Formats: sequence, C-alpha cells, structure tokens
Amino acid sequence: MVIATLCGMGFGTSMMLKLFIDDILKAEGIKAETSPWDLGSFKGNKADIVVAPVDMESHLKDYPAKIILIKNLVDKAEIKEKVLQAIRELS
Amino acid sequence: MNLKDLLVSDAIVAKLDLLSRDQVIEKAGGLLVSAGTVLPQYIEAMRKVMEDLGPYCVIAPGIALLHARPENGVIRSSLALVTLKHPICFGHSTNDPVDLAFALAANDKKSHIDALAELAGYLSESNFLRVLRENTNSLSLKNSIFSYIDNRK
Repeated sequence: MVIATLCGMGFGTSMMLKLFIDDILKAEGIKAETSPWDLGSFKGNKADIVVAPVDMESHLKDYPAKIILIKNLVDKAEIKEKVLQAIRELS
Repeated sequence: MNLKDLLVSDAIVAKLDLLSRDQVIEKAGGLLVSAGTVLPQYIEAMRKVMEDLGPYCVIAPGIALLHARPENGVIRSSLALVTLKHPICFGHSTNDPVDLAFALAANDKKSHIDALAELAGYLSESNFLRVLRENTNSLSLKNSIFSYIDNRK
C-alpha cells in the first residue's frame, strides 16, 4: 500500500504528517510505504491513499486515490482514526 | 538538527499587536531576516505560498506554520515564533483564528526534519501550548520554551 502525504512544499506539513503516520503504522504493525510530496510534483503519481490538510480539498478533486483530509495536523488521534479507517476500507 | 538548533532565540516574540495575516507573515519572516537566516525575498515568497495554495498552513487550531522553499532565499535552516495579542483570521475552514505563528526556513528538504518532528510532538501537548500562550513577554516566552525542551530530554 502506498500512502502519499501532501502539502504545498513537500517537506513541512507533509513531512510532519508522514512522520506521524509512520508512527501509527508501526504501532499497528501495518506495512505501507509513506512519502511526502508537494502538490505540484505529486500530480500524475500513484497512491492508494492521499493524506492532506483539509484546506487543500479543492486541489484534490479529481485524484484517483482515497483522499483523507486532516483538520488538526498535530492531533495524532484524528490522523490515526482517519488513516486506519481508510486502510480498513481498502483492504 | 534538533528543535533547539532550529529555533532562533532572537526570533521569538510574544504578544504582538498585529492586524492582518500579511502583517503576521511580514513580522515572523522579518525576525528571520534580522537573524540573518533568510534574505528579505523569503517573506514575499511565504506570502505568495499562502495566496496560491490557501491557508492550509494553519495546521492546528490557532497555529500557523508559514514557510516557502529553500531556493526562495534561505541562508540557514531556522524557525521564528510570533505569538499574538489578538487572534487573527487567516481564512482557514476550521482552525481560525490564529494566535501562534511559526515561520520556518529550510535550506534543504531534509536537515530540519528531526526538529520539525520534535515541534509537531510538542504542539500536540496542551502543556506546551499553554507555555506558548500564557507568556506575555518575549524573554519569559523564550526561557519557558527552552526550559520545556530541556526538561523533556
């Protein structure tokens, strides 16, 4: 499973998200490849799940992936709940 | 690089009385310019990111993490913090208004990552947020942040 985290630059917000998600996956014993991207570079790439800040929704309308939008990017509980639910739905 | 190395002590300012999102960007970016860690053009670049991509940089309730790209004039990876006397709306759908604004400069895409992870961890702790929000002068804010970090290690 490939999980892409997105932000405008590819190394700030998206990197924070990736690190949190890596922790969550490790704790749950789930194997997935996570990588941070900036919005522009990501277009055309494939991922099963895309995790992004909620205010990026309008930029992600036609993406062929399961889109997860996070409101509070430092709230591990919100990230965990949404990511694990998406993984369950896909598997 | 850890958070203590990234956070510029002279670029931590408490309870500024600012009126707009642009003023916050200008002030937070200006602290990094004064510290000599970014060129003045970095401020405009941060403003443009916000304009182009929207206010997604309001990463949590009340907390903005402003930044632009390494090639926008970053000299050294660094972080500034401005806390606001009056919270300001950035236009975010759920996390407005903002009363804590960080300006991040990264001189490549990797060296700041450990520090950023550390910051993200602290920002999820209510005690740390209390330190950021309750200190009314810059000196006590600085000292409290650094002692919070020291006590953790």
